[in-house]
Amino acid sequence: MPLSEKQIKDLELTSRNLRRKIITMIGPDNPGHLGGSCSIADILTVLYFNRMRHKPSDPKWPGRDRFILSKGHAALGLYSVLSECGYFPEEELATIKQLGSILQGHPDMLKVPGIEANTGSLGQGLSIACGIALAGKLDKMDYRVYCVMGDGEIDEGQIWEASMAASYYKLDNLTAILDKNKVMATGPITERFDSNPHKEKWLANNWLVIEADGHNFTDIDNALEEAASNTGKPTLIIAHTVKGKGIPFAEGKAAFHNGIMNKEQYQEALALLKI
Amino acid sequence: MGKQNCRIVYGKTLVELRSSNNRIVVLEADLGKSTMTSLFQEAFPERYFEMGIAEQNMVSTAAGLAISGKIPFVNSFAVFSTGRVYDQIRQSICIGKVNVKIMGSSCGLSDFSDGATHQGIEDIALMRVLPNMTVLAPVDGYETKKAIEAAIDYEGPVYIRLNRNEIPDMTSESDKFLIGIPSVIRQGNDLTVFANGYMVWEALKAATTLEKEGISIRVVNVSSLKPVNENAVKDLSSGMKGIITVEEHSIIGGIGSIITFILKGWSVPIECIAINDQFGQSALSYESLLGYYHLNEEEIVKRVMRILK
Repeated sequence: MPLSEKQIKDLELTSRNLRRKIITMIGPDNPGHLGGSCSIADILTVLYFNRMRHKPSDPKWPGRDRFILSKGHAALGLYSVLSECGYFPEEELATIKQLGSILQGHPDMLKVPGIEANTGSLGQGLSIACGIALAGKLDKMDYRVYCVMGDGEIDEGQIWEASMAASYYKLDNLTAILDKNKVMATGPITERFDSNPHKEKWLANNWLVIEADGHNFTDIDNALEEAASNTGKPTLIIAHTVKGKGIPFAEGKAAFHNGIMNKEQYQEALALLKI
Repeated sequence: MGKQNCRIVYGKTLVELRSSNNRIVVLEADLGKSTMTSLFQEAFPERYFEMGIAEQNMVSTAAGLAISGKIPFVNSFAVFSTGRVYDQIRQSICIGKVNVKIMGSSCGLSDFSDGATHQGIEDIALMRVLPNMTVLAPVDGYETKKAIEAAIDYEGPVYIRLNRNEIPDMTSESDKFLIGIPSVIRQGNDLTVFANGYMVWEALKAATTLEKEGISIRVVNVSSLKPVNENAVKDLSSGMKGIITVEEHSIIGGIGSIITFILKGWSVPIECIAINDQFGQSALSYESLLGYYHLNEEEIVKRVMRILK
């Protein structure tokens, strides 16, 4: 069922909140993974607020859909959406990366309710998602497993091992989402290390491949719905996104992969995201 | 005295334990006929996952299965199941204390013919350095079975290294195995030899030889390399004229490092027998390769005499 106008409005408001939380967590004069967190903010919003079956009050509920952030450096995006859902109090966000905080620089399953696996060393999350999806098949559970990868991350050979294994084991309960923001830490992927063509490679590995505008809620939601009804093979959604989306001075810029906002930029970003 | 192949014991034990524990699953990287997980595949094909020759994915997939409540065993040769996938073990498994069991088959020099590429002589060091990891090296067939059972009962990552070849029984079916506790295989009161794996057998042979010279050797099997009960090591070293460590592993990071660290500050002489910071090579027999690296009875006798001189 297509999203209603009201739903779209609500999702817009939520994703705005996520971006505001991301910016606030980074703060002025500090490095933080702004670019890759903002590029997935709309995808996370649709997943957690419209698609995923989950209970923030019961993070280990066996029937929950699972989310794995394979590109673990976008932890700020994940923390934002988890706090927005109520997995932990919003005040925790202020402790980000402080000594003793539950909110580490990369996601920690032992510290944060709602985080399913430790990620950060790139290329491992899709394999972990495959393991959870296999377990779902063994246990005859109908949960779905979602995994967000970066387009720089998929340079890792392990991603392609997992890609082959997921289709060999017919993991149709797995939806991987490629955050195709086209910029890696040191520059545009087409200039640094070009892993294209993406679609053809995943098709060759026998995945269903759907392309979507990663900042269009209806597009994202339709793709997720198509993935959920696909049987016999895993699905990859290639989400065309913009690194740093929603923060004009950071959009498309490798400098904001783990960049520093000065005080003026920080205020400018917050002013734009005011509700 | 009987002999058993620990790999076959391993495969049979998995089958036996799976009958009463449906959380057990097995992942393999095309070495099932060597690691002997093929026995598990025959018995429980739906719980056996051939992951192809792709160890990194195998290890992180096992993490996902464990996070979902399974008890996965991942399998390869010790050299690959630690070195090739070190980062996957560190990141996907150890940081989150995920309940994956890692099998290091054909450990040490036991794959004598395949040469340096296939001889896992750094595996103990690599696994011991990881927080949350437990490291086991069962000494014989009986202990292999008990180590697998203990690994399953323990919630958390465990690495188990197994020899490729037939190993004489050195323990009995009724002996207890406890993670962390070294066990005395032979009593003695002049010197203590701390060893693990097949080197315990060489130590026992040396003890028999030395007994004829009136020298009494205590042989201790340190099959749990992490954790190691420090007080037990000190008690077993106390009052001795010397200490010998012997291992089929690099001299860096294995039992020699463990024992000398525990006994730091003691005035007792310690001799460490191990592979001296070099790679292995091919040989036509296990014994000849062990002999080349001085990992045998003769070397243990020599070191004992050096201490007593």
